[in-house]
Amino acid sequence: MNLIAKPSKENIKTYVPIGFSLIFLSLIDVFANAFFNLNLMAFLPSQLSYFLPLILGFIGFYLIRIEFSGVRHLDLLNKNINSNNFNALLTLFTIFIILKSIPPMLNWFILDANFIGNSKDDCTGDGACWVFIKVWFNRFMYGLYPDTEQWRINTAFLILFVIVGISFFVSEKLKKYFILFLVFIYPFIGIKLISGGSFGLEYVESAAWGGLSLTFIISAFAILFCFPIGVFLALGRRSSLPAIRYISIGFIELWRGVPLITVLFMSAVMFPMFLPDGTFIDKLIRVLIAITLFEAAYMAEVVRGGLQALPKGQYEAAKSLGMGYWRMNALIILPQALKLVIPGIANTLLALVKDTPLIFVVGLMELAGMIGLAKTNPKWLGMAMEGYVFAGLVFWVICYAMSRYSQNLEKKLSTER
Amino acid sequence: MSKIIELKNVNKWFDKFQVLKDIDLEVAPQEKIVICGPSGSGKSTLIRCINRLEEHQKGNIIVDGTELSESTKNIEKIRAEVGMVFQQFNLFPHLSILDNCTLAPIWVKKLPKKQAEEVAMSNLKRVQIDDQALKFPGQLSGGQQQRAAIARALCMEPKIMLFDEPTSALDPEMIKEVLDVMVDLANGGMTMLVVTHEMGFAKEVADYMIFMDEGKIVERAKTKEFFESPKSERTKLFLSQIL
Repeated sequence: MNLIAKPSKENIKTYVPIGFSLIFLSLIDVFANAFFNLNLMAFLPSQLSYFLPLILGFIGFYLIRIEFSGVRHLDLLNKNINSNNFNALLTLFTIFIILKSIPPMLNWFILDANFIGNSKDDCTGDGACWVFIKVWFNRFMYGLYPDTEQWRINTAFLILFVIVGISFFVSEKLKKYFILFLVFIYPFIGIKLISGGSFGLEYVESAAWGGLSLTFIISAFAILFCFPIGVFLALGRRSSLPAIRYISIGFIELWRGVPLITVLFMSAVMFPMFLPDGTFIDKLIRVLIAITLFEAAYMAEVVRGGLQALPKGQYEAAKSLGMGYWRMNALIILPQALKLVIPGIANTLLALVKDTPLIFVVGLMELAGMIGLAKTNPKWLGMAMEGYVFAGLVFWVICYAMSRYSQNLEKKLSTER
Repeated sequence: MSKIIELKNVNKWFDKFQVLKDIDLEVAPQEKIVICGPSGSGKSTLIRCINRLEEHQKGNIIVDGTELSESTKNIEKIRAEVGMVFQQFNLFPHLSILDNCTLAPIWVKKLPKKQAEEVAMSNLKRVQIDDQALKFPGQLSGGQQQRAAIARALCMEPKIMLFDEPTSALDPEMIKEVLDVMVDLANGGMTMLVVTHEMGFAKEVADYMIFMDEGKIVERAKTKEFFESPKSERTKLFLSQIL
């Protein structure tokens, strides 16, 4: 008989407790080392003590790797993270890396971070200086918009959220009107509220807009307009009329071939030179048009992908029922094609939101731009890390929300139950 | 007797390949015509020309007094009067069976929603799937889908029904339920052009048989004559192979 039998169902009673103890021991060692800077195995030679957790854990995982043990959780564990020696090692490494990286992260973000104070001098700890975000928060949200007028931005967004919120709870029939209002009327009310100039509201020029609110404004308008333009371009590119087809192809290929940063620069700097004297289009509007057309070209290709995925029979069935081109597309083709390409649409719109910081090249500053401005303030030098981590978090929350929404939409519209 | 469909000297090419050669065909109201022939003989193309899913290059096609040509003004009106049933059903998968049936009546014929639903339900009852009205096409069997497709076409209250191999994509045990619906429809006096290989069905309902080969109408005869004493050798060969 072998002294060390292969782990099997017979010796499960002895091997499993020993195996788990060894794994536990190895994790405790790494945990103590990472969190409390203790070296429990210090009595061993230094090289051995360094690798000991790995060796213990490895042996432990070997001992518990019992095939068809009959214990459900043990089988699941073995199948998922302990199917062979190599996977056991990967599992150990992953756990160790996570254990090791938690304390420094925790320290930087919270334990050693500074929350209280009003200036850089209040940041005495080694961690992040969140005072920077706190002091500049107003600017990060509203840009250079006058403090006394910021209620207008708040109101505009609050009304938007309230209407969107209500529209989720009203009946299907009313919902239609809510959506029409949100898409065709509210954007202009909102913009009027923020820009002012009439109804007793003080005029605030668009150069003063900025921060997260500008990110939202640009994203919302660009999404709103690039979507229908993209759909029409996609249909145009598949049109049987050569003139429309070639115009669509030309448009799409032109905008897709140019970097966004170039487009923005052209729209802000070169475009006004071609305008007749005396005419003036606001810089923000020019930038918005540029971003919209740029993203519409991408949107068009995404939508076209969906159109091409539909079988020819769908077109023929719609035609045979007496539908013309527009009814066929609006009622039969687009609903199916758009549903197919929801992931692609979400991709494009996420890219759009994350492209907004590029407007810094024309001097407009949304969230990331304001952070860039704040970190170069002489009183707040060296705050880039805090600023960009904050920007990253905010963008991640926005984009994750959009991504979740697109997944829900996909599920809701699925008819293959 | 006035003709509801008239084809005069119709020719059609796919690029250089000629699919229809000098087709002449007249159909009177309430006539049932079954078109058969080997695959690639142009029979599907022929009936697809009648609602202009395919365009012919030469000759005249007159449907219910309107000539089909480049001027698209009237084509949607004609298509609304000509129902079509496809081999692959072509139901709209994003809509329930009921919505499949009401969509065109509401948007093309401008029926009020309520009335369209009544028409749809009566047609679904006629093809015996009224209990499936709220399901989606993907949840139905092939036979049920094809019957739903027939009901969808009937909801436009067409004067003519075209069937393009309606049972060819079905499992054998589902063919009968679809054929039963078509027989019922034929007995109701519908003008029907059917491309099919179901010769039992043809014998039961067809007034005329048309045999096509290589883009030409080889033989056009009353059903009884067609099966009992075909004139052309090609027809005899074809019939001997499929009967």
